[in-house]
Amino acid sequence: MRKTLIAVAAMVAAVGSSFAQDKVLRVVPHSNLNILDPIWTTQYMARNHGYMVYDTLFGTDEKSRVQPQMVDKWSASPDQRLWSFTLRPGLAFHDGAPVTGDDVIASLSRWGKRDAMGQKLMSFVERMDSPAPSQFRIFLREPCGFVLEALGKPSSNVPFIMPKRVADTPADKQIEDYVGSGPYIFKRDEFKPGDKAVYVKNPKYQPRKEAPSGTAGGKYVYVERVEWNLALRDAQAQVNALAKGEVDALERPALESYEQLKAAPGISLVNKDPLGFQYMCRFNHLHPPFNNPKVRQAALAAMPQEPFLRAQVGVKELYRPCPSMFTCNTPYGSAKGSEIQSKSNMKKAQELLKASGYDGTPVLIMKPTDLAAIQKLPDVAAQLLRQAGFKVDLQAMDWNSLVSRRAKKEPPAQGGWNIFCTAWVAPDIWNPLSNAAIGGAGEKSWFGWPTDAELEKLRDDFARATDEPKKKALAEAIQVRAFEIGTHAPLGEYMNPLASRKNVTGWVMGPGDFYWNVKKNGD
Amino acid sequence: MYRFIFKRLLSTIPVLLVVAVLVFSLLRLTPGDPAAIMAGDAANAEQIERIRAGLGLDKPIVAQFGIWLGRVVRADLGESFYFRIGVAELIRQRLEPSFALATLTILIAVLVSVPLGVLAAWRFGGWFDRALMGFSVMGFSVPVFVLAYLLIWLVSLKLGWLPVQGYRRITDGFIPFIQHLILPAITLSVIYIALIARVTRASVLEALGEDYIRTARAKGLPEMRVLVRHALANAAVPIATVIGIGIAILIGGVVVTESVYAIPGLGRLTVDAVLARDFPTIQGVILFFSFVYVLVNLLIDVSYVFLDPRIRY
Repeated sequence: MRKTLIAVAAMVAAVGSSFAQDKVLRVVPHSNLNILDPIWTTQYMARNHGYMVYDTLFGTDEKSRVQPQMVDKWSASPDQRLWSFTLRPGLAFHDGAPVTGDDVIASLSRWGKRDAMGQKLMSFVERMDSPAPSQFRIFLREPCGFVLEALGKPSSNVPFIMPKRVADTPADKQIEDYVGSGPYIFKRDEFKPGDKAVYVKNPKYQPRKEAPSGTAGGKYVYVERVEWNLALRDAQAQVNALAKGEVDALERPALESYEQLKAAPGISLVNKDPLGFQYMCRFNHLHPPFNNPKVRQAALAAMPQEPFLRAQVGVKELYRPCPSMFTCNTPYGSAKGSEIQSKSNMKKAQELLKASGYDGTPVLIMKPTDLAAIQKLPDVAAQLLRQAGFKVDLQAMDWNSLVSRRAKKEPPAQGGWNIFCTAWVAPDIWNPLSNAAIGGAGEKSWFGWPTDAELEKLRDDFARATDEPKKKALAEAIQVRAFEIGTHAPLGEYMNPLASRKNVTGWVMGPGDFYWNVKKNGD
Repeated sequence: MYRFIFKRLLSTIPVLLVVAVLVFSLLRLTPGDPAAIMAGDAANAEQIERIRAGLGLDKPIVAQFGIWLGRVVRADLGESFYFRIGVAELIRQRLEPSFALATLTILIAVLVSVPLGVLAAWRFGGWFDRALMGFSVMGFSVPVFVLAYLLIWLVSLKLGWLPVQGYRRITDGFIPFIQHLILPAITLSVIYIALIARVTRASVLEALGEDYIRTARAKGLPEMRVLVRHALANAAVPIATVIGIGIAILIGGVVVTESVYAIPGLGRLTVDAVLARDFPTIQGVILFFSFVYVLVNLLIDVSYVFLDPRIRY
């Protein structure tokens, strides 16, 4: 009897240990995955899920250059109004169906209804067609200078290519069929929200020959299975699990753990996204005191970047002041027009505030208490604004209350707000069309709703510009104008290295969290 | 007794109805918009409004309540805004980890605390009694997360005996199942050991002062038999009450323990749902918790009949 029990126990243990199978990459993503439609939402987790399952027409490499991905060849007519594309041969969806021009057109149409840059592109598009199964064409009403940038847009919403039957889903309804043509296949049957998401290698995927770089290049898959651990959310528990080898990587470990992870044996910190993130505080242009541009100028002058970065990031090697409203070290990153913030000081801020006619209206700053990545920014903003002479009302709330409240256009006393702070991943803000914070279209703009006809005209001119020097000049003019009217206060940039076991290598450089080219040795 | 059980079950209906109205109203009063949360950071107000309409949140609150209650009456808890699956299915998925954790925790707590409580009562005023009372104070006072981190550091990281996090379903194998559960269960059981041991000690102490104990001893019964058969058996009603309430609380989810050990149970689900303003899920799980509380209380009441034959319904 005793022997039988031992044998049964051994068998049970053997079944249990089959979990530790070879070639399984176990990752703790930066957040929870709940929405599986990367076109319906702008959440970064949905975007990362999209990169696993779907492929894109173009990618953006680690040097921010657009490169072909699903597209083999393309050309533009001399008047730049007809763009013709040919897909790579052999592209197929997970169900075996070939990827066709009709799938592309349906996918771009749906994306063009949701994404801000997509909407802008579609405002130029007269029609799209597919003259042959492997080809598609875009006919423009007038030339525009961002066709490839839009198609290769690396961050939310990414123009992922879905089968036509899926992409025909109305844009305001979430998809329910998760077939793509990307390097991984989503295991719908193993998906447990709040627990785990599983992806297996797509054996039919044909990577490009080029080396992987950002969202471009060859997406070679070296593991059989990727498991996202969605239950492990406690920052210290994540570090413990990585140290013990129970998980292989943490997408964004808490910055407080940086020194501990750096010193830990068997763990590497990989700064795979040197462009990182940019912090910002947003002013609400609808209500006093920030409906007065002079008050916004005073606030900008009171908010140098270094105190925010020191308080929030702390680790000197992980942050850098950046005077640009576009990501620094990218084509449109520039210091032009930033002097009001970058070369200012508290005395000047106090003078500007006095000259603005500020009447002591309290500034309501929303502080998210549950989002460690940005929760110290409002404290610093409050202190600096107080020093400048503002009366500040700092209100604590959870992040989800904040995102709900920031959509309210009512005055602060009736549930509205004056300032909130957030962070953007580099590609979201690296050009004037993707950067939602520098719009001037009033109530159609991103939260804060600045109104400025000049800014909007400059953005339109940028969209129409087709040569790079002109685009660069326009981007600078846009930034100068954005600082003049004080759309928001950029607060510098930071990096959040990935932490992985040393036997996991090949992390792809670039903005985002990608799981191709990753090798797990010693399995 | 069947009449009593039937009446008690019937009384759950108004209780659940009151809970439903309260939860529904409170959720609509709290700040936060699920549509804004689902839309993501770069979404604009227009996109959020479209999502709100898609979720039916643009309808009047009374209409929303009517729709939800109509579904609940048909045993349909609706679909989670956040997780996009049925709330009943979500609860089913999360029930197993919470139930397993609660069962093992209570098992450990009862097996440890009842003998300790009886011994402390038996040796009232002695060093063992004082040590147990000291442990109880400590058990109540040490925050669960501190204990959890200490145990993880010692047992998992230093000694390497057990995993630091995660949950394995019993279908994945009994050994990994128990390996992943034992540390969280020990962490959680400390406070219950402290509580049950104190209640057991007090109850047994009271029983030991009764005439029938003196009689039993006078008859020359062995002390163990006096303690277990006479003192503990007569002290069982308050102990069973505490254990029952403990089970109900544990099934309701233990957020901190589930977070530190990454257990996808009902506690985590509740927190995620609250943070995401996932109204159908919050309403569903609170209704479920209320039902569990009522059911556990009923079971405790029924158990009194067996523990104390003098009690009749």
